[in-house]
Amino acid sequence: MSLAQITQVKALALAVPGDDIDTDRIIPARFLRCVTFDGLGEHAFRDERTGPDGKERAHPMNSAQAGKIAAAKKGVMVVGFNFGCGSSREHAPQSLWRFGFTAFVGGSFAEIFFGNSTTLGVPCLTLSKEDLAECDAFVRANPEVEVTVDVAQLTVSAGAKTWKADITASARDGLTKGKWDPIADLLEGADSVAKTAGGLAYVAGK
Amino acid sequence: MAKTLFQKVWEAHTVRKLPNGQTQLFIGTHLIHEVTSPQAFGMLRDLGLKVKYPQRTFATVDHIVPTNELKEPYSDPIAQEMIEALRKNTKDYGIRFFDTHTGTQGIVHMVGPEQGITQPGTTIACGDSHTATHGAFGAIAFGIGTTQVRDVLATQTLALSPLKVRRIEVNGKLAPGVYAKDVILHIIRVLGVNGGIGFAYEYAGSTFDAFSLEERMTVCNMSIEGGARCGYVNPDQKTFDYIKGKPFAPKAADWDAAVARWQSFASDPGCAYDEVVKFEASEIRPTVTWGITPGQAIFIDEKMPALETLNAADRQTAEDAYKHMKLAPNTPIKGTKVDVCFLGSCTNGRISDLREVAKYLKGRKVSASVKAIVVPGSQLTAIQAVHEGLDKIYIEAGFEWRGAGCSMCLAMNPDKLVGDQLCASSSNRNFKGRQGSQTGRTILMSPLMVAAAAITGQITDAREVFKV
Ligand code: SF4
Repeated sequence: MSLAQITQVKALALAVPGDDIDTDRIIPARFLRCVTFDGLGEHAFRDERTGPDGKERAHPMNSAQAGKIAAAKKGVMVVGFNFGCGSSREHAPQSLWRFGFTAFVGGSFAEIFFGNSTTLGVPCLTLSKEDLAECDAFVRANPEVEVTVDVAQLTVSAGAKTWKADITASARDGLTKGKWDPIADLLEGADSVAKTAGGLAYVAGK
Repeated sequence: MAKTLFQKVWEAHTVRKLPNGQTQLFIGTHLIHEVTSPQAFGMLRDLGLKVKYPQRTFATVDHIVPTNELKEPYSDPIAQEMIEALRKNTKDYGIRFFDTHTGTQGIVHMVGPEQGITQPGTTIACGDSHTATHGAFGAIAFGIGTTQVRDVLATQTLALSPLKVRRIEVNGKLAPGVYAKDVILHIIRVLGVNGGIGFAYEYAGSTFDAFSLEERMTVCNMSIEGGARCGYVNPDQKTFDYIKGKPFAPKAADWDAAVARWQSFASDPGCAYDEVVKFEASEIRPTVTWGITPGQAIFIDEKMPALETLNAADRQTAEDAYKHMKLAPNTPIKGTKVDVCFLGSCTNGRISDLREVAKYLKGRKVSASVKAIVVPGSQLTAIQAVHEGLDKIYIEAGFEWRGAGCSMCLAMNPDKLVGDQLCASSSNRNFKGRQGSQTGRTILMSPLMVAAAAITGQITDAREVFKV
């Protein structure tokens, strides 16, 4: 399986502030009632974007900036700490990715969300608290400036600013080498898998 | 060298090192349900791959099943489509399905233990974040995304990086009316909702030694709410006794060898932990959440935090929480009016939970202003409860007695809050909108506290209501 090498994402950015934004907020459970991920993009942050009265609320995802990202099918979402906590539902990164987001920059990410995103080829880079605040402020003040998320150099930059960023070594390696979906590697190990399985009594029902 | 259970299980299941530095880890047991598996089977078909070890994947249906209608087709056509997709996928690939007509269907995290599929020293994965529940048996169990479900189906392995291990010791005896649920809510309150990122939690100490397997499951279940991807308790005699005789338990001829093997996985005395945190059981009181994350919790007799006492980051979330919950800082939570009471979920929908509440419910009545439902987590639990006559106690008290499933824990089926109803819930998540209404409000607590709320119509101290 040949995959694109993702070393850099350069795109318009949208700040979605707040810590502990959970997957129920990113994609409410009722949209999990499906057998494919198609069409999930339009429901990203649905209940934050639309009030109980059905009217649009003030939310970054309703902004003109978000509209541009959706049209371009590429964009950087700047988030807070512990983003994507809660359930393991891959529907969460799938919905944001299908909406148009191709990279995340934040203070920290919940582990399952992080794994689900990188497996889609969507990098999640972390910044220090201070840098994140600066990046967030910059993005809001300069919506027209593209942000560069550099997975190879481990930086996030915009305009004249550059911030030092981080991502786990394995995710970085996977993204930059075009091996972010592990299935090819996992299939290759078939013989070793059989050996490991053979050493486990319970696998044989014992 | 002395090792932790986590290290031993990890080593026994390591296939090889992957080029990116991660470990290819063998997943001995794979559990699937209707919500996170259909897309994975779709990916499998797109790639032209087969299921590698169909006998090591087990399926059930839990999230979308209605709990008040047994006949198919369900009135919800999407639910029908999802259950049928799982029937087709399990049939096409030869996977065992604990379907609704078998009497064994239930929440995936209850079916594994009930069937004896969940065993010590094993690796378990499921496309569901509460998979850590199975850690109560000394398994390394974690939630995975749908693409990883595909990986396990196709290869029975995952690409993973090892976790650090934090030992969480709780020692001493819990006071009457204080439960395993209070223990885990308290741990999360202290260590934070992201305190466990990068860690596996090893729960230990005399409190855990004294806990039943069901109580251990309640704690391990909510590891993810504390940010930890998995949590476990070392296996002991109680663990083995629980498994013995279950349908998928090792047979008599293999039993002694299995127990010896299981014992060998327990953390060695003197092994090194990345961190150790200690709690005293006697300091824990009945705990309830007041906000929109499970870490926003207080003892029932405390006031909700004043904003000034919080640091800047917590304060922002707290402001948001108070607005959503329509609660006021620096006031008691006791006395808050409740509309709905939900007793169930993979955290607290087991037979011991139903028994404990029933003990106190006899002769009491649910407040006229409250809708109270009790949803056994599995069909086997429901059958057992009916056998013991527990259903009658609940019905007489004014609870609706339902069929097995996830129900109002996440409201993917017809059980939902309406408008800004406030729900006293024995489940595990109080996120905004979690129980099916965007403005709905959830307060997490132990099953007995839910019952106390049902009877009084308000958030209250079960110890006073039931003279515990
Ligand atoms: S009961 Fe709730 S937490 Fe448990 S598996 Fe079902 S939806 Fe998830």
